[in-house]
Amino acid sequence: MISAAQPLTEVLQQIKGYIYPNEVELQWGLLVVVYPYVTGLVAGAFILASLARVFNVREVQPTYRLSLLTALAFLIVAPLPLLAHLGHPERSFEIFLTPNLNSAMAMFGFIYAWYLMVVLLLEIWFDYRKDAVLWARQGKSWLRFLHRIFTLGANDLSERSLRLDRRAGRLITLIGIPSAFLLHGYVGFIFGSVKANPWWSSVLIPIVFLFSAIVSGIAMVLLLYMLSCLVRRRDVDMTCADKLASFLLYALIVDFSLEMLDFIHRLYAAEESIHILSQMISNRLFLSLIVLQVLLGTVLPLLFLTLVSPAFRTHGRAVVKAPAELRRLVYFGSAMLIQMGIFSTRWNVVIGGQLFSKSLRGLTVFKLELLGVEGFFMSALLLLLPFVILYLLVVVLPPWPDREAQVEAANSAETAPG
Amino acid sequence: MRNRVCPSCPCDHGDKSESARLDRRDFLSKSLLAPAALLVVLEGKPADKAAAAEAPPPAAYDPTRHNYAMGIDPGKCIGCGRCVEACKTENDVPREPFYFRTWIERYVIQTDGETVVTSPNGGIGGFAPTTETGILRTFFVPKLCNQCTNPPCVQVCPVGATFTSQDGVVLVDGSYCIGCRYCIQACPYGARFLHPVTHTAEKCTFCYHRLVKGLVPACVEVCPTQARIFGDLKEQASPLSRFTRFNPIQVLKAHLNTEPKVYYANLDGEVR
Amino acid sequence: MPQQIWRLLVVFGLLVAALVLARHFLIPKTFGEVGHYRAAAVDSIAARKVKYAGRETCAICHDDIARNHGGHRHAGLSCEVCHGSGAAHADAPSDVHLQTPRQRAQCLLCHAYDPSRPTGFPQIDPVAHNAPKPCVGCHNPHAPEPPRAPEECGACHGQIARTKAVSPHAVLACTQCHQTEKRHMVNPAASRPSKPASREFCGQCHARGAPSSKEIPRVDLETHGQRYVCWQCHYPHSPELK
Repeated sequence: MISAAQPLTEVLQQIKGYIYPNEVELQWGLLVVVYPYVTGLVAGAFILASLARVFNVREVQPTYRLSLLTALAFLIVAPLPLLAHLGHPERSFEIFLTPNLNSAMAMFGFIYAWYLMVVLLLEIWFDYRKDAVLWARQGKSWLRFLHRIFTLGANDLSERSLRLDRRAGRLITLIGIPSAFLLHGYVGFIFGSVKANPWWSSVLIPIVFLFSAIVSGIAMVLLLYMLSCLVRRRDVDMTCADKLASFLLYALIVDFSLEMLDFIHRLYAAEESIHILSQMISNRLFLSLIVLQVLLGTVLPLLFLTLVSPAFRTHGRAVVKAPAELRRLVYFGSAMLIQMGIFSTRWNVVIGGQLFSKSLRGLTVFKLELLGVEGFFMSALLLLLPFVILYLLVVVLPPWPDREAQVEAANSAETAPG
Repeated sequence: MRNRVCPSCPCDHGDKSESARLDRRDFLSKSLLAPAALLVVLEGKPADKAAAAEAPPPAAYDPTRHNYAMGIDPGKCIGCGRCVEACKTENDVPREPFYFRTWIERYVIQTDGETVVTSPNGGIGGFAPTTETGILRTFFVPKLCNQCTNPPCVQVCPVGATFTSQDGVVLVDGSYCIGCRYCIQACPYGARFLHPVTHTAEKCTFCYHRLVKGLVPACVEVCPTQARIFGDLKEQASPLSRFTRFNPIQVLKAHLNTEPKVYYANLDGEVR
Repeated sequence: MPQQIWRLLVVFGLLVAALVLARHFLIPKTFGEVGHYRAAAVDSIAARKVKYAGRETCAICHDDIARNHGGHRHAGLSCEVCHGSGAAHADAPSDVHLQTPRQRAQCLLCHAYDPSRPTGFPQIDPVAHNAPKPCVGCHNPHAPEPPRAPEECGACHGQIARTKAVSPHAVLACTQCHQTEKRHMVNPAASRPSKPASREFCGQCHARGAPSSKEIPRVDLETHGQRYVCWQCHYPHSPELK
């Protein structure tokens, strides 16, 4: 007896209307929801880093290295849900051997490799190289070993070398911005180019994906920054937090506008699919779309941030003047709501696109398993893993601005005569 | 079953008897099975036909000389489901009601404007009787992979595991497919599924292993009313060329420009 | 060259070399020969086992049945529709035997009445038509013509008969409007019933001044729907009540 048959038989009872017989089994499950969420965080965190590096937004400088490490931690985890989801993960290397250039999915391997190797790792390398060389000279033995490996033996700390580091880093960040757009934009294109599916087939999907990625990435870095200050018992730099929150607000406004545009356009044009899609939203996606994505995940944070963020200055103060503690609370709460909202967005796109039949005559259900590769626990594990990796990265390559200063002092002490 | 060419034609079994006789002669003279079958008759013991059936197609088979397509006349389909049964037998398709290479849909367009579509277990055991009242139109529609000339499934396969063969059949390379399921998402017709045991994509192949031996697909073989007409677009004289000459032809979801090669005659506008 | 660039070039060089080597050794031999796929895949698909032998193969041994089968109503049927897949039997006729289904349910798969089936396809009401006797008792499956030709039109045209029976035209016999030869009951395609061709036909009952019963609704044939024939608007088997 085929193991999937039991839950599928239950699905048969809950079908409304008519679906094609092969549509009883949903093809893409929770793992495929996790993947765009994770790559979205990568792109968003990197865009935030580029704000500091390329657009010289000084206020967010304290989060620059944290953003890079966050992007790396999530990037490492990104292929895992895909591999777990494949019918034959052991054949996944075929994407590198014989990619079908007409397929957006084939580009995954190359875009990922490009982004990992040429953009993110290189940028981190150039930014940390000097510190790694210095850290390799002191500290615990295993850490020194790791730092030595990290430097790849490039120990030159001359002014010329350091200038090259800075310029290379700037150039890579410049290339990195469109690369980040591409990394997450192509995921949107994978869905947006499927003409067979009216929920996915849209020119706007890659753009909406990208902006929701930026929103989630900024929110994640904001969260991690505040959490790290809490753990390290340091004060939160409110200028930094305020700036992050204001960028979050801008991105959220754009994201919300784009989603509203898509929604209004669908309703106005009222193509044939509108009947089954509205049924799907009211019968199957009400909680995840209306409540979690729109109300709690977008409208509420929009409201809170608009009220509290100093972004909208009227006579030198925010709409509602709030003390730092309250602002921190609002930022934290909004960022959490946003994470939930963006995850729901991915859920609504991926799962929503499969809940209605391509015959446009019926709806099916998604049965979420607890155990198994496609189960809840596996995805929860994959979502926790980046934080574990981030912790390890933070131990080996501390991103804290105060750590940097210590190294400077140690360096000058070392090279001082006497 | 109206014969549009000769309304008073006495033949009441369509054209099949004519072409069946021709086909049999053709078949016997050219077929791989004939020598083996002769052995069976003459020597009374089975020839090594198992090996012959499993050997690669004879060198005489040139795929570039064929472009296979199918015609379907929903007006002839009686919804008996024999085609679904034959397909599952011929191609070892799992018997669970979630995996079909072909299936039958019943459309009931009611006088109140509602359209009800059903396909109980793909139609494999036939359909339960339905009430006669309140019906404006009702009919059966066989569905299968449309073997598109511009297939969206081939376009999206990341590794080249699904492809169009030189004779116009869209096939899946089961040992190369990575099971990403993108092709299943891209098919507008719901023709594909993931095989639960091999974890690779599967779909109707027009019984390719039968085509190269000069046989017709299993569903065409067993259809009692010749609702399915198989043919070669590169052949000028075939039941399919007659079918496409004398019937108004529609394809499913023409607006998606997949250029399907399954041609429906007089397809009702309610069919998706 | 600056130290950093040198080191990085080495690392990237190694990676590229690894990719090139992998491509050389791991891409299947026949990939790309005729298209972006493994050409050998076509051969392995073509080599699958055939399960349905095809009616021509059955005819090689069972030529007597095939010959007699040809002149009758089931001539268009493949043997394997009823008898199941036959390639295994064709390979080893004495070892593998096919089913010879004689149960009523087998015939009812095709012939039980269903409104979705095309009009004129031979269908019977499974409850009314000689239940629970097996069909093969009266109908030879290889020559399934009924032992007695049906006398009622409704035997084959059940839906029309049932529709008409609850309509204002219920008292009319089918032959009132459709001239039918006796042989239509035996061989329907050999002789088709006629259909009325003019407005005057319906006018025999429905024209003003026609010699028919007072209850029948009348219209002025000169002016009522002049450009049409009556059945372009009115369904004769269930004409609407005034």
